[in-house]
Amino acid sequence: MMRMRLAGKSLLNRRGTVLLTILSLTIGILLVLGINHLRTQVKESFNNTLSGTDLIVGARGGALNLLLYSVFHMGSSTHSIRWQTYEELTKHSQVKWAIPLAMGDSHKGHRVVATTPDFFTHYAYGKKQQLNFAAGKSFAGKYDVVIGAAVARKLNYQLGDKIVLAHGIAEVSLAKHNDSPFVISGVLAPTGTPVDNSLYISLAGMAAIHEDWQSGVKIPAPKKESPQTEQKKDAHEHEHNHDHDHDDEAHHEHADDHSTEEEHDEHHHDHHAHDQSLSAIFVGLHNRATTFAVQQQINQYTGEPLQAVIPGLALTELWQLVGSVETAFNLIAWLVVIAGLLGMTTSLLAGLSQRQREFAILRSLGAGPWYLFVLVILEVLLICSSAIVFAIALLTLLLWSLQPWLLSEWGIQLALNFMTSQQGYYLLVILLSGVVLSLVPAFNACRRALGDGLVVKY
Amino acid sequence: MNKSTSNNAISFESVRYAWGKQDSPFLVINDLQIAPGEKLFLYGASGSGKSTLLNLMAGVLLPRAGSIHLLGADITRLSNRQRDQFRAQHMGIIFQQFNLIPYLNCADNLRMRIEFLPRDQQQDAIAQIPVLLERLGIAHVAQQQAHQLSVGQQQRVALARALLGSPRIIIADEPTSALDAGLREEFMSLLFELLDEKTGLVFVSHDQQLRSRFDRALDMQAFRADSIAAANTSEVQV
Repeated sequence: MMRMRLAGKSLLNRRGTVLLTILSLTIGILLVLGINHLRTQVKESFNNTLSGTDLIVGARGGALNLLLYSVFHMGSSTHSIRWQTYEELTKHSQVKWAIPLAMGDSHKGHRVVATTPDFFTHYAYGKKQQLNFAAGKSFAGKYDVVIGAAVARKLNYQLGDKIVLAHGIAEVSLAKHNDSPFVISGVLAPTGTPVDNSLYISLAGMAAIHEDWQSGVKIPAPKKESPQTEQKKDAHEHEHNHDHDHDDEAHHEHADDHSTEEEHDEHHHDHHAHDQSLSAIFVGLHNRATTFAVQQQINQYTGEPLQAVIPGLALTELWQLVGSVETAFNLIAWLVVIAGLLGMTTSLLAGLSQRQREFAILRSLGAGPWYLFVLVILEVLLICSSAIVFAIALLTLLLWSLQPWLLSEWGIQLALNFMTSQQGYYLLVILLSGVVLSLVPAFNACRRALGDGLVVKY
Repeated sequence: MNKSTSNNAISFESVRYAWGKQDSPFLVINDLQIAPGEKLFLYGASGSGKSTLLNLMAGVLLPRAGSIHLLGADITRLSNRQRDQFRAQHMGIIFQQFNLIPYLNCADNLRMRIEFLPRDQQQDAIAQIPVLLERLGIAHVAQQQAHQLSVGQQQRVALARALLGSPRIIIADEPTSALDAGLREEFMSLLFELLDEKTGLVFVSHDQQLRSRFDRALDMQAFRADSIAAANTSEVQV
């Protein structure tokens, strides 16, 4: 007990160097704990981005690219898929549901995704959690838009607000459709997934944005302002507002229309989205056991080159790609810890000669070399454990203060509790490495105790 | 081992000590007997080998040859650990100065000694602390940090610590050299007052004025290998 007190008081006596040592160790431990926590959390939220979807179907290309643009809304599809493909897919006996997704537009840097209201029923994240509306409901009319939680918070949008969607995905889009204002019909609850940062409109809505755009160039006004189309549009909206459950039937009618009209009226856009090309399709199956078989069939689809990816596998594959960066960060954190531990050893070793008198007194009282050996180890344990305590406290404080910002800026939901068994194991490794390194000054103290007499020469 | 050896507090026989890897001995102590309770004054200039002799007595340094008996035990035959324990249990050591661990308070400095005493003696020693502090007139500074005490107070705390656990041998290495005349007298009075007749004292000093208090005085020169050689030569010449 007295030895513990001695070690503690001795450290306090040397608080200048000891505090610096503790500080450098604290930074290292903080990095290790923090990076590991961040990694676990990001990986978790990453893997939780999509659940319940058995297959993602897109144009043939890289599986990662498909995952990136369809789920994370990063990059864009190189090729699109035809509406007809979607329709055929829905007729497949194993397909329980299929959600068409069309991307390519943005609103103030947030992706606009055109889909069907089914999206809100079937899209799930985390442990099969469904999307919830914080306010309002799914889009019903052509100019309705549902916005993610982060979009609502950042842009301070509320239900019923009118917004303008732009063509293209640049943050500042020059080509804005000022003439097609959308009304916010619903705001989604936060999910911690890319959904939070997206806006959802109907396929008809997307068609409407593009109705006067061909290849990104605005078509002269007179053509689109023809009274006929205007009338049709109104009628259409009326129909939507009337009963949006009717929507699916409306789609079907128009799909039939479309197949006959397609050849002779390519520029007739307002008859719905059915000639619209899609970016991806989320597919849910009746039986998950058939996933590979259905994937195989889709990959061999003859209508157009398609690929189907299994979200879980693709996410893992993508994470492995991100993994090398993670390893680099981890490496740096551990190097900082090692530097801290080496610094501690150095300062202890250097301190020994100044403590010669202290050791001589202890020796005169009957302390053996072993006593001094254990004393040095005790000091190291005190230094390391205070660094660990400081690091834990600091990280808790950091997480607590950064949590809201991380969620709003990065969509990363960080848990406050970062202590896992793995983290505990890391701390143990650090503590043990400290003890192993401290064997050097400890042996040194031992050797001096045997060599030096009781009387210190100055 | 003769009878006097086993009875004496300290007994050096045919002791040779040499520094490091040197061959020629630095100290030669053929026969030094200190009786139980004897107060011995050891004088000599600095560099005369006093410190080495004290380290040999304390069992911190080992001689090249010969035997050193303390209270009847041959410490040259003990293990390092046993010698450390022997020192803790039977010897009180006072240095010239810087006796105390500066960042511990006065009471903790005393408790540090108890840490190394055998368990069965610890309770008695703890009970001694307030008595000793009182007798040495330092009870009021017991909670002060050692570095805040005056040199006189520090030496008294060191004396109290040396006396804790009632060791049979006290070794004092110039304990008064840092004190002025008044404090020196005070310290010497306290030392002799608190030492009972069973406790032996080896007091090293170059201050010849102090020798009158002691039973016996010895010149360090007597143990120096070089001066022994010189004396032998002069004897031959005579």
